[in-house]
Order: sequence, then C-alpha cells, then structure tokens
Amino acid sequence: MGRTLSEKILGLKAGKPVRAGEVVTVSPDIILSHDNSVAIIQEFRKLGVKKVRAPEKIVIVLDHIVPAADEKYAQNHKSIREFVAEQGIPHFFDINAGICHQVLPEQGFALPGRVIVGSDSHTPSYGAFGAFAAGIGRTEAASVWATDEIWLRVPETLRIDLSGRFAPAVSAKDLILKIIGDHGAEAANYKAVEFSGPAAGDFSVGARLTLANMSAEMGAKNGYFAPDEKTLKWLEGRAREPFQALVSDPDARFESVLAYDLGTLEPQVACPHAVDNVKPVSAVAGLPVDQVLIGTCTNGRLEDLEAAARVFKGRKVHRSVRCLVIPASWEVYRGALKSGALAVLVDAGCVVLNSGCGPCLGAHEGILAAGEVCLSTSNRNFRGRMGHRDSGIYLASPATAAATAVEGRIADPRVRS
Amino acid sequence: MSRGKVWKYGDDVNTDVIFPGRYTYQIMTPEEMARHAMEDLDPEFAAGAGPGDVVVAGKNFGCGSSREQAAACLKAAGVRAVVARSFARIYFRNAINLGLAVLQCDQAVDSLEKGDVVEVDFSAGEIRSSRGTFRFLPLPASVLGILEAGGLLEYTRQKLGLDKKE
Ligand code: SF4
Repeated sequence: MGRTLSEKILGLKAGKPVRAGEVVTVSPDIILSHDNSVAIIQEFRKLGVKKVRAPEKIVIVLDHIVPAADEKYAQNHKSIREFVAEQGIPHFFDINAGICHQVLPEQGFALPGRVIVGSDSHTPSYGAFGAFAAGIGRTEAASVWATDEIWLRVPETLRIDLSGRFAPAVSAKDLILKIIGDHGAEAANYKAVEFSGPAAGDFSVGARLTLANMSAEMGAKNGYFAPDEKTLKWLEGRAREPFQALVSDPDARFESVLAYDLGTLEPQVACPHAVDNVKPVSAVAGLPVDQVLIGTCTNGRLEDLEAAARVFKGRKVHRSVRCLVIPASWEVYRGALKSGALAVLVDAGCVVLNSGCGPCLGAHEGILAAGEVCLSTSNRNFRGRMGHRDSGIYLASPATAAATAVEGRIADPRVRS
Repeated sequence: MSRGKVWKYGDDVNTDVIFPGRYTYQIMTPEEMARHAMEDLDPEFAAGAGPGDVVVAGKNFGCGSSREQAAACLKAAGVRAVVARSFARIYFRNAINLGLAVLQCDQAVDSLEKGDVVEVDFSAGEIRSSRGTFRFLPLPASVLGILEAGGLLEYTRQKLGLDKKE
C-alpha cells in the first residue's frame, strides 16, 4: 500500500517508514512565530536554557499589531527585537514586511517536503507548496526552540477531489466556505486535507494558499496541494534551499474522499458567529454593512486586490461604508502599486493600511462597535473577534467584499447594478 | 495511577466555557486560573474540583481557540485526566504539553456519571470504577514521558539535563 504526502514527509524526517496514527519525534525545518514570540520567550526563559538550539530555523515576523498600537505592544515588539539580537536569529522581519503566512512563501521558506511548525493556527497555509505545516502552542514553540525537536502524530488524510471550472466572480474562497458549510468546522479534526483531482492543477499559488489556510477552519492539522510545475515555477528565484517535491502515492490510503464540481458553485458567505454557518450570497444579499475588510492571510494577495479592483473600477465605496484594504505583504503592496490596482482602490475611496493582520484579530485599526456589521475576506467570524461582542462578521471572497462595499449591503458580485 | 471523582459534561465543550476569553490576556498564577475553570459552564466546578478528579465529556472537547489556559486551569484545579469521545486538535496537544492527560474512550463516556469515583491507570491503559473497567488506547511512550514529567517544559528540562528548580 502506498503512502500519503504526510506519511512520506514525516517518515523521511523520522528516518523510518510511518503510517497514519503513529507518533513520531522529528526535527522541524522551520519554526515560525510572530508578535506572540514575546509569550514564547517567557516560556523559553522558564526552561533556563541560555541559547536556542537552531537559530537559523527560527523565523519571526512582526505582523499582528504593526506598527505598535499602544505601549504594551510597543514593549512586546521591543522585547522580541532584543531577543532576536541576543540569540543571533538571522530571519527576523520587522513591521515593514507583512503577514507571516505571506512573507514565508515569498521569502522562500515555505518549500515542498518541508516540516514547518508555527505558533499560529493558520500555519497550514504552507501546504500550498506541498510542505507539511501545522500549528503548535506557545509552550511547545519554546520547547522546540530549546530542543529542535517536536512530537507529531501522523495524520489520516481526507482527500477533496476538485473538477470543473469556476463561473465568473466565483473563486477559491467560495469553494472552501462551501466545503466547510457542508461538512462542518470539525470535518477534518486531527487530519490532513489533500486538495486534488483534475482541477487542482488549475489553482493559482494564491488560491492554493487560500484553501490551505482555511483548512485550519475545518480543524485540519495540515492542508495541502501536491507540488507541481506551477509550484516550482513560483519558487524559482525564491527557494532558499534545494528541496524534494513529494506527493501521495496513487494507492495511498485516504480516510475519506469528497468531490466538488467547481462549475456548480455560487458565491458563498459565512454568517455570524461560526465559520460553518455558510449560505449562498443570494440568501443574505441586501443586508446593510458598516465596514468591509479586504486583506488578511486568507485573501490579501495581489490577485485578490485585483479581483476587488475589477469590481471597483469606475465605482465608489458606498458613503455608509468604511472599506479597509490591507495588502498581505509589502511585495503584494508594491505589486498592486505597479499593476494599478491600488490606484483604483484608493480612487474608489478605500482606506489602505500597512501590511499586517490589521483588525482581523480585533486588536487595532478598524475595531467594530456594538451592533456593527463587517464583511471580511478573513477566515474567522467568531463572536467579538473584530471588536464588540455584539458586532457581526460575515466572511466572503474579495469580489463579494468589493461588490458589498459599493452597494453598502451584502451584494452578489455576479450582478452589476 | 490517580484516584478522584467524575465531572460529567456533554459534546463540544469549548475553550470559552472552560476558560473565559475575558481573562486570556491577564497574567495569572495557576491557582487564580483554577478559580475561573469552567466558570461559564458549571459554577460548582471551581470550588468542588480536587486532586485526581476526571472530567468526562462527549465529542470535540476543547474546540475553539488555541488558548493554553483552557488546559492549564483544569490541571491547576486538580484534574488529572479528561476522558472524551474526541478532542479538538490543538486542545489535545496543549493538554499533553501541560501535563493534563487526554484519553479517548467511548465506553467510559457512556457509563460514567457525575460523582463516580474512578482510578486511572496510565500504564495499563485502564479507567476503573464501580461501573466497570474501561480501556483506553495507551499513550505512546514519548507522550507518556511528557505526562509523567508533568508537562513539556519539565520534560524538556529533564531531556536537556537541566536541574528541576529555577
Ligand atoms: S491575518 Fe488574521 S488570521 Fe491571518 S495571521 Fe493575521 S490575525 Fe491570524
């Protein structure tokens, strides 16, 4: 019997063949953390270890609250910078880089066959390149800093076979919302999710990142695409090291298989306060919103800003709406400047913010007041996440977000008023 | 081996009811965390829980956020193990890494009731009570090592040959 991508990568790392269900101890290739490094540093200090074991494997990206919103965050950033200097950590990205899940791919850390662990729940994003990437806790991250080792349970795999083509104005975000709506927020608890099937190769690297990113919202440990020509092409000139592109064997054992025909999908919206509370846009169209957020690690890439710009072209943000745009990274920011997308967005009346998480986690830049409603291209709509307990968050694609900003109400991007 | 009483709950006990979000960014001692354990689910818990107690629940225990306090507060309250049909992934990891045993055993969940006295034998993989003996999947050696050490930080210290005290 063949092996899945997760079994292969973890087996190679463990130095022995492994199967789903086994627990292995491995030395990861990359350990990611962000503003929460300050909490990890605290745990690390408790260990009483002087030096991190493998400084070159640690990647720290300041992205959650950048620039610092208050004294407390400023002190956190300062402590992290001091730790980075003290430990000689070479891969540190300050407040002018972007969201970690965009920066790591761009900077060539997210590679096929890699084991990447990160103290952030959306670490599975790097599966877009065929890496084994999973989120871990803070205590654990401190221990990995000290020992260069981690225990991992080899996950069973849920395969999702994709076929057909998206209709215009329908995209990867609609697909993943539909899957989560159909199967629930714990459909892939502990598991790996493999996005495959005849249409998988059609997905752009950006779209793969969106799907792998949101596999976390199905409870997945890791979510991935098999690396292919597109992956290799994207990594050209970026990859920091040679890598081995591993894929699942054709006779690998999958715990279950789902199938989706992209052609039958319509735009989807996740309604408050659960990511699996998903409805077709037609069911919620017309609902007034106060704020629209276009950005985050789910949908803040160049193709997302361009999809929004196509909707905004020659139109304006509705006067009752605040529309925030956050390029996921400075590379995206520069790209959108060059392509002209940013000019369209600014002309339409969007407020462009520094690359980072922005209000996604409710810490700064566009917090919601009681009773307010935001439609966001992010990945979580838990109660109170972006501000007041009695505010509401709807999740949708960049095209739906832009159409909504123009109308001032949740709008179907396929319909142009 | 541990001995204590059972606290019984249902499915999908989320991290918000185990340890309320309003306290997550406050730095607390374990004793303070224990005082807020299960605050929004069971007001009797914090005062009544003691060493060796076991929380028994349905499926998807610990779903929601990745906050480690949701495992730490139960451990601080004396809870030795959580027995459930299934656990949310990050809770499962956090719990083990903080030295709180997480055991999957449908029969124990079906049979045990609030207040039952139970013994958990980790090496034998058994939960014993007057209602019967229930087997859970024994934990892999590396995970058992972490639990025996009292959590990942202690385990790491031992592995690195560091003295236990600060
Ligand atoms: S953009 Fe939002 S979901 Fe993504 S890493 Fe930042 S806070 Fe987390």
